[in-house]
Amino acid sequence: MEYVKLIGILIIVLGFAFKLDVLAVVLVAGIVTGLVSGLDFVHILEIIGQSFVNNRLMSIFLIIFPVIAIIERYGMKERAAYLIGKIKNASAGKVLSIWMVIRSVASALNIRIGGHVQFIRPLILPMTSAAAEASKGGRLTEEEEEKVKGLSAATENFGNFFAQNCFPASASVVLIQSGLALAGYDVSLSDIASSAIYVMIISIALTVVQVMLFDRKVKGGKKS
Amino acid sequence: MTDFLGVYFPEFFYVLCGLVCFDTAIRARKNEEAKAGTMLFWTLTGLIFMLGKALPSAVVGGMLVVMGCLTVTKQVRIGRFTESTQEARKAASEKIGTKIFLPAVSIGVIALVLSFVKYNVVKDGTVTPTALNGAIMTGVACLIALVLAFIICKPKISETREDTSRLLMQVGAACLLPQLLGALGSVFSEAGVGEVISGMISSVVPQGNITVGIIIYVLGMVVFTMIMGNAFAAFTVITAGIGVPFVISQGGNPAVIGALGMTAGYCGTLMTPMAANFNIVPCAVLETKDPKWSVIKAQLPMALIMIVIHVILMLVLGF
Repeated sequence: MEYVKLIGILIIVLGFAFKLDVLAVVLVAGIVTGLVSGLDFVHILEIIGQSFVNNRLMSIFLIIFPVIAIIERYGMKERAAYLIGKIKNASAGKVLSIWMVIRSVASALNIRIGGHVQFIRPLILPMTSAAAEASKGGRLTEEEEEKVKGLSAATENFGNFFAQNCFPASASVVLIQSGLALAGYDVSLSDIASSAIYVMIISIALTVVQVMLFDRKVKGGKKS
Repeated sequence: MTDFLGVYFPEFFYVLCGLVCFDTAIRARKNEEAKAGTMLFWTLTGLIFMLGKALPSAVVGGMLVVMGCLTVTKQVRIGRFTESTQEARKAASEKIGTKIFLPAVSIGVIALVLSFVKYNVVKDGTVTPTALNGAIMTGVACLIALVLAFIICKPKISETREDTSRLLMQVGAACLLPQLLGALGSVFSEAGVGEVISGMISSVVPQGNITVGIIIYVLGMVVFTMIMGNAFAAFTVITAGIGVPFVISQGGNPAVIGALGMTAGYCGTLMTPMAANFNIVPCAVLETKDPKWSVIKAQLPMALIMIVIHVILMLVLGF
């Protein structure tokens, strides 16, 4: 039975679905897959250990932590919030478009500006809904309010996901490199990162279209 | 010299990573709960970073199993920290101004510039230009940024150590997840999991048609990411099982296909409640009426259009 080798995938799916401890789930998935495929236990430990050490680059961001610790204590996020707050006569679409560009550039340079808790809730959402109310000239309906929340949260994810691979030493780029190396293809980190730029640009453009369409809808909603 | 840049210099930065972990282990002795477990966890992490190349692989594997036992029994906890107050940060940000972004931006920019630096490796008389090791890129950038941060902010060492340990404990074992998934990928590849998947797929779809291969790879990434809730986990399985046999070995550019494969997975992340951190938690944070689908609904059009765009980009850029 060849298919029994897929048990590791099943373990991951179930483990993640039931929110079990991720470290343990991944280790168990690896060990069980190895055992059912006829590898002996020590050899499995060797493979895991060796690969883990070879992939230390994915966690190189540990040495970024002291820098983050300093600039966060000395008010980087507060400064970013202040600068974004200075945007004048904005519409919801404008605020979200500017946020998308900032978030994407930050993500591409591996700067920690973003987060639903740190930025969307305290800053982007209030600004967006205030701007939407100003351009509508009245209070938002419950449905529109819900849309504003959804879009604000979504732009955070768009900027985060589609731009992060532009940073050559990001965990995802290193994972791509090691995945390809396992299959016998050696590519450089900068080759992968430079291929990721198209996706970033397209995602920014699409976000701008999506939020501008929302702007039109809100303004049109005034008449009814 | 070449040997130094490729082999020994990167280790210097991993030693620094190890020191960050050790400092956190030392801080853990002040933890209210799970003192011993937390200290042991970060000490082992630090040792693997620092001595990774020197320790036998099986020993590292064993250490990871011990770490897994610690996290599954909840013996790794976050200590109690006194964070800086909102007022203090606000006052500091008014004093320092926009300069505060300089260290953060310099990490990104320096790493980006260094990623294009090439040096020559001479092996058996042939000279090959080689890119710098990724650890050197990030490591050098971080050290410069750290110096800048010290010059601009003049922080106390004790508070920086305290904040660093707090950040590390907050991220916790999750920061090792990508690395561990990479290791899982290696076990899968040794066990032949990729072959099983590609065998299943090729019994339905013939190999050789590039467009069909690309569509299956992109959809495979999307669907698996939706099921697993994690594009990294899906990437290790689907790229070996579908991406390589159906797309890359048909003449696709591996760097382009790999990069697009990962972001295709992110389209799946945008549509699945399994990715709770990104899609469900924000609903709670923003107090939406619909506690589960508000964010996913807003992301759906983007995700679907981006899936199509990924197929097109792979065809245009990858071949």
